[in-house]
Amino acid sequence: MIDPLELVVSICLVLSGIFGLVGSYGMVRLRDVMQQLHAPTKATTLGVGGALLASMIHFGLQEGQFTFHELLITLFLFLTAPVSAQFIAKVHMVGKLRRGDLPKPGTEGEWSIFAPPPEAGESGKAGQTRGGGKTRGVTTNPGA
Amino acid sequence: MFDRIFPHPLLSLVLTATWVALVNSVSAGTVLMGAILGVAIPHVTKAYWPGRMRLRRPLLFAEYAVVVLWDIIVANFQVAAIILFRGRDSIRSAWIPVPLEIDEPEAITILAGTITMTPGTISAVLSADGRALLVHCLDTDDPGTVRDQIKARYERRLKEIFE
Amino acid sequence: MMDAALIFAFGCFSLALVLNLWRLVVGPDRATRILALDTMTIDVIALVVLYGLHIRSQIFFEVSLIIAMVGFVSTVAYCRYVLRGNVIE
Repeated sequence: MIDPLELVVSICLVLSGIFGLVGSYGMVRLRDVMQQLHAPTKATTLGVGGALLASMIHFGLQEGQFTFHELLITLFLFLTAPVSAQFIAKVHMVGKLRRGDLPKPGTEGEWSIFAPPPEAGESGKAGQTRGGGKTRGVTTNPGA
Repeated sequence: MFDRIFPHPLLSLVLTATWVALVNSVSAGTVLMGAILGVAIPHVTKAYWPGRMRLRRPLLFAEYAVVVLWDIIVANFQVAAIILFRGRDSIRSAWIPVPLEIDEPEAITILAGTITMTPGTISAVLSADGRALLVHCLDTDDPGTVRDQIKARYERRLKEIFE
Repeated sequence: MMDAALIFAFGCFSLALVLNLWRLVVGPDRATRILALDTMTIDVIALVVLYGLHIRSQIFFEVSLIIAMVGFVSTVAYCRYVLRGNVIE
């Protein structure tokens, strides 16, 4: 007799292993850096997510010690994966690409990696990493 | 008065919940300690985050989260299929500029993160004036469809939540 | 059955680590190497979680959380160093 919970945990584990492996295989197989970037940021996140889900189901339902701190790791990875991906993309673009390799933004501006860095104190055009464009009142009192 | 004590009410709630999850038990002591941290940390860090994030319709955020989670799962299978079964030379990658209608920094950050986590797309860089986002698509025939899909599926929902 | 699945997952992630290592050595690009290091960190987190599941203990939770944090900060620091030439101005 197979315990259905154990079956679910096993499926999660097998899926996580397959996705983790496919992510790294994609990195070896694809050629362009931007293409390689697609493989790990997606596959590995679900790979680790599956392992953490399996751990949560196993400890929570099979052994009766309800845990939710695995959610923290999942959340942390989901928040940080886009940031690292964007940084790596920026390293690639600054190092290898020229202005003509990319399509125009369609607005009057230029992509921020080619634009001159904002002046110190001029906050209106700041923001390579954050939203940019509109920076809300840096000098105003936040509590007011 | 309320603003003086809680410069970022949402941040306070998130910090409290994070502390409880970190200790991994719900008791009066943990919640109290979490609440102390949740009140203290926004005060220490408020100089770095002067504006306040405004959520017009926070309940829609739950719907957004479900949509994104589902897309992440689908994205994984699609990307895995492309990696495993497509010839290296038949993968057609494209750069897609996506003009933005939203202008809250928090909303653009969430949109960029969402694009990176979902089907075969990565947000690479923002334009200098903050009005367009450059997206790299792993495999597409029609860049226009991808752009419209991003705008209809994610940006429209974020616009409803934030504005 | 869970133990068989665990062994399978262990094998997958170990192989993934080897593939990442290959990418790290071969390169040919700085961005690729940073990406390989970042992916290795994530695979190591998965291995730690799986090991915790294997010995039926939750004691490794903090380990994986700290590896996740150190991995993220080191990726960002490395990228910043390549982009700006320094980490903290």
